[in-house]
Amino acid sequence: MANIEEYIPLVGQAVIDDLRLLAGRLKGKVIQHINSTSVGGGVAEILNRMIPLLGQLGIDSRWDVIKGGEQFFEVTKKFHNALHGKNTDIRKEDFEIFLETSRKNIEGLNTYGDIVFVHDPQPVALVNKRGANKWIWRCHVDISKPDKRVWEFLMDFIIRYDAAVFSAPSFTHRLAIRQFLISPSIDPLSDKNRELPQEVIDSVLKKYGIKKDKPVITQISRFDRLKDPLGVIQAYRQVKKRIDCQLVLAGGGAADDPEGLQVLEEVRDEACRDNDIHVLLMPQNDMEVNAIQRASDVIVQKSLKEGFGLTVTEALWKAKPVVASSVGGIPLQITNKYSGLLCHSVDGAAFAIKQLLNSPAYARKLGENGREHIRNNFLITRHIKDYMLLFLALYHEEDIIYL
Amino acid sequence: MPEPMQTKEPFRFHTRLHLSELTGLKASNLKQLLEIIKTAPGSSIYHHTHRFLQQHMYLSPEPPNDFAYWVTNVLGEKELGERLASIDTIEFLTIRDLRNKIADIIQGYLAANPSAGLRFAGEGEQFYFVKSVSFVIPTNYVAHNLREFADALNMITMDSIYFHIFEARLRLEKKTNDFSLWVETSLGDKELARSISRLDPYTRTLDNLRKTLIGLVTRHIKD
Repeated sequence: MANIEEYIPLVGQAVIDDLRLLAGRLKGKVIQHINSTSVGGGVAEILNRMIPLLGQLGIDSRWDVIKGGEQFFEVTKKFHNALHGKNTDIRKEDFEIFLETSRKNIEGLNTYGDIVFVHDPQPVALVNKRGANKWIWRCHVDISKPDKRVWEFLMDFIIRYDAAVFSAPSFTHRLAIRQFLISPSIDPLSDKNRELPQEVIDSVLKKYGIKKDKPVITQISRFDRLKDPLGVIQAYRQVKKRIDCQLVLAGGGAADDPEGLQVLEEVRDEACRDNDIHVLLMPQNDMEVNAIQRASDVIVQKSLKEGFGLTVTEALWKAKPVVASSVGGIPLQITNKYSGLLCHSVDGAAFAIKQLLNSPAYARKLGENGREHIRNNFLITRHIKDYMLLFLALYHEEDIIYL
Repeated sequence: MPEPMQTKEPFRFHTRLHLSELTGLKASNLKQLLEIIKTAPGSSIYHHTHRFLQQHMYLSPEPPNDFAYWVTNVLGEKELGERLASIDTIEFLTIRDLRNKIADIIQGYLAANPSAGLRFAGEGEQFYFVKSVSFVIPTNYVAHNLREFADALNMITMDSIYFHIFEARLRLEKKTNDFSLWVETSLGDKELARSISRLDPYTRTLDNLRKTLIGLVTRHIKD
């Protein structure tokens, strides 16, 4: 685990000094994070890195995970899809299953924190046991056009929190509680993002049978329909007509995502006739994901919906040219034609990939701009700073706060 | 070298960190934008006219405000966008005055170009009003004279420079920036105070602003 001092060469001494200054104002407070899985997915990844760093700054942060069976996670996956606006068959029993598991968690989980920080919809109902402590609901999902029934169901719980946090302005709704805008982040020193020696990259390519004899286009993401892996294959096929290239579709699965295996099978079926398509299931191997990103010529994130799109952040931090859908938090990271290329369709994605493969100097410039944008706005140090400010804001109503 | 003049009151550098709070307000066309601009919290007008300065502190010497950017790039109203981007923010002493100016420009444009009111932003491209919550924190840097002041300018964060130059003047309504105020009232040096307040910080990057300030102060010490 990295020491907070190791971030100084990347972000500067002043940024770390500010973090210490803020941490001093939170001394004595216990921050309790609660989510639904300790492995897989962006939330677990961020918490795994952030909690030890907060500890080094002197903040007592702890992390608890709710319990839930297969049925519960099937329901919450449906909720997840419905919040993304996807047409989902949700029945009355689904709400009952959700409430029943929530009731067990309310009974079994001690919410001891001075600030209880609940992530995503799965544990949202825990707020029913709130006492005098502060409660925050952190939504990592794109809820710009949610299914009304699910949103209204969740709203009954959300309005009992002191504040909600969203990743992009477009996710905002009129709520009776305060809402804050905090983008997630990546950790530049994690296995997924740190610099790698060339021999490590080469060995990972060898392990997965990827030869560097033709350009590599990559999409890293869970096998999820909202990430549109089949759309990526279509775009690749259009590119392939003009430029001989290969496609890597790689990602792990999250413990709370039962749909993943089914999507993986669909992708494998689609890809099986083409030896230049590599479909890789890489459960929780961050260093290998890092190596594949670094070995790629173009990185794609053709999501139909996206919470924030941390895979885009990772790719830009590696100074890679990125083609990504203009959804969720992606436009916060990519200014079109400045730090990457935004697309709205399969055709648009294919055209952008061809542009980047045929213009390496342009692609390089976009990648370099992207890296600087991430350095200034989307690294874990900025995220920690925002969270500490959020905790402090819970104790102040005013817009200018003198600490 | 003679000892620099000590001040009546030392200058304590502060820093300012900010958190973005969502207001839930959004506009899809110019008329809605105008109505919300007239009534949105002052912290939101401040946010949308100053956000670019900090997010792109090393890059753009001419940071546009969010209103100008949206009107140009989403609604395609380039002329209005240019007028909004050209507002000389340094001329305004309060957020209220700045808000009125922005509203006047949009209102005038709508009156002259009624069809501009018919253009709508696409789904997800609406203008979302955000406001800045500022946290002002004292730092350990204190200057008792101009030499210490120049040394500290070299060490403090961009956020600290930003606070004393932009936020103190416009948001805290001190009429001028903190540095000029201190140099004039505590050192009695009207000339240097004027030189600092004459700088237009809105047309420089924060990095360039720091260097220019240090240059002004060190030249003044030598003279």
